[in-house]
Amino acid sequence: MSLRIVVCVKYVPDATGDRHFAEDLTLDRDDVDGLLSELDEYAVEQALQIAEECRRGDDEAEITVLTVGPEDAKDALRKALSMGADKAVHVEDDDLHGTDALGTSLVLARAVEKTGYDLVICGMASTDGTMGVLPAILAERLGVPQVTLLSEVSVEDGTVKGRRDGDTATEHLEAALPAVVSVTDQSGEARYPSFKGIMAAKKKPVTSWDLSDLDIEAEEVGLESAWTKVDGAEERPARTAGTIVKDEGEGGKQLAAFLAGQKFI
Amino acid sequence: MAEVLVYVDHVDGAVRKPTLELLTLARRIGEPVAVALGAGAADTAATAAEYGAVRVLTADAPEFADYLVVPKVDALQAAYQAVNPAAVLFPSSAEGKEIAARLAVRIGSGIITDAVDLEQGAEGPVATQSVFAAAYTTKSRITKGTPVITVKPNSAAPEAAPAAGAAEALEVSFSEQATGTKVVSRAARESTGRPDLTEAAIVVSGGRGVGGAENFPVVEALADSLGAAVGASRAAVDAGWYPHTNQVGQTGKTVSPQLYIAAGISGAIQHRAGMQTSKTIVAVNKDAEAPIFDLVDYGVVGDLFEVVPQLTEEVKTRKG
Ligand SMILES: Cc1cc2nc3c(=O)[nH]c(=O)nc-3n(C[C@H](O)[C@H](O)[C@H](O)COP(=O)(O)OP(=O)(O)OC[C@H]3O[C@@H](n4cnc5c(N)ncnc54)[C@H](O)[C@@H]3O)c2cc1C
Ligand SMILES: Nc1ncnc2c1ncn2[C@@H]1O[C@H](COP(=O)(O)O)[C@@H](O)[C@H]1O
Repeated sequence: MSLRIVVCVKYVPDATGDRHFAEDLTLDRDDVDGLLSELDEYAVEQALQIAEECRRGDDEAEITVLTVGPEDAKDALRKALSMGADKAVHVEDDDLHGTDALGTSLVLARAVEKTGYDLVICGMASTDGTMGVLPAILAERLGVPQVTLLSEVSVEDGTVKGRRDGDTATEHLEAALPAVVSVTDQSGEARYPSFKGIMAAKKKPVTSWDLSDLDIEAEEVGLESAWTKVDGAEERPARTAGTIVKDEGEGGKQLAAFLAGQKFI
Repeated sequence: MAEVLVYVDHVDGAVRKPTLELLTLARRIGEPVAVALGAGAADTAATAAEYGAVRVLTADAPEFADYLVVPKVDALQAAYQAVNPAAVLFPSSAEGKEIAARLAVRIGSGIITDAVDLEQGAEGPVATQSVFAAAYTTKSRITKGTPVITVKPNSAAPEAAPAAGAAEALEVSFSEQATGTKVVSRAARESTGRPDLTEAAIVVSGGRGVGGAENFPVVEALADSLGAAVGASRAAVDAGWYPHTNQVGQTGKTVSPQLYIAAGISGAIQHRAGMQTSKTIVAVNKDAEAPIFDLVDYGVVGDLFEVVPQLTEEVKTRKG
């Protein structure tokens, strides 16, 4: 049996760059560098570990990385391939500009189905939109179990198991494949691509699909048909400069005086 | 007046504070109808009514505890069909967001997550969101279907507004997907006796500068003198010095307290994303160039092991 893993990765603007809005109130991608979302590196890492475990047991495993995004999003796929994924799918179409979570999930669901899968692995949230809902939506659309927000994950005999650390409790979860998983940044440090990996990635296949390849009409996605609309965006006013003192033995007391002045004590 | 569904987050019948905030915000849009599920659901009715619920729909079945998320989606869908609401609101917890998202797909509606404010606009509810690590504030609305919105904790002060709400049984039939993901075991998190991080009025956080798990009591002592919650940067959490549940930032909790005190934290963008909207910000850091000082109302450049214990003593003295 061969385990087919699809990892959903997003190409995002660098969070340490100066992110802002374009005139149509979508994310302006022109002035800021993009990269593979750091939180999706954890998904790639877990896919690699699951595949390695599988191969140790003399089974086969194949990892496809999938992204929906503009031309440059290929960079994110290359990075995932150089980490060790086997092949990539890039869904790219001008009509996708401005698509929101529900639209993106439709495209991802169709692309995952077309690729063929036993296990879909996502990151916990994208670092730009930070909604963290796509994996659940994907499971809903695909009609398979969601095993999400895992800080530990393993696959054995057609079952995926994982640990979910919630606000009030830690849960151990289990579901039969096929399933959609998402992993958190607690799941284990992602590996760096090796030189060999980077060279090998150049030869790995990247398939490009557009909306018609997925039987999706332009009207089902894009900014015009989004389910949500941003009416305004304002830069948060810079915080007014505060008082900064150097501790010369009385720093704690000075701070206490400030807090008392603000009625915190 | 139109009815608004409000998902009640509770632990064995004890309603968590973000739900009270949600009921308060819901009243700006319509009459809140609370939906409470699982063990103790009916016990939430009195509190929900006190904060304005005109009805409280409750359901309890083993499925809610034994399987992940989907049974609750089935219940919310049943409530949606029974009430035909003007909007559906959830607390922005991990589970709240996932239920909301799946419900949105099922009922063909748009979804907005992590709103920090909500008001009624000409074309339905308008949500305020804080984006790009809180560098921008946006106003958005849902243009298709019934608005489904999740709201962050600390977005409003809970205001009581007693209403009639009494527990009514909600009829739920579970979908085929409901039993897809089994919860094999569940261990409740032990309470530290300190206020909940996302609900606290004051948060004291420690970072890499704290230098080790054995030094975190310095941060805890200050927190306890102020009645505050304890937070940590990811560097401190990754080093194993403090539990991940206390992490503040992009992949941890978002906090928006009256007072945030950062000790030995540099103020990386991902950390700021989780605390930037705090009302008053204070930092202790020995590096005068640390970016956290760009945010502060009051900053002390110095060694936290000198400054923090002195502050703790002074707080205790002043409080007598
Ligand atoms: C995808 C992603 C998500 C992330 N999510 C989060 C998140 O949720 N939360 C988060 O916090 N980070 C997050 N990070 C990590 C973030 O980028 C920083 O690495 C992290 O916040 C640094 O923590 P720190 O400030 O404690 O450590 P450092 O940056 O190392 O800063 C330590 C500070 O302590 C000071 N110091 C040292 N000793 C003393 C002393 N004795 N007295 C006073 N000051 C002292 C130093 O001057 C320094 O400024 C994320 C990163 C990524 C890529
Ligand atoms: N455009 C995209 N292409 C591929 N995967 C995506 C895309 N958007 C989101 N995802 C996946 O869904 C996860 C959660 O995203 P979100 O709900 O947008 O925060 C991410 O970590 C990715 O794994």
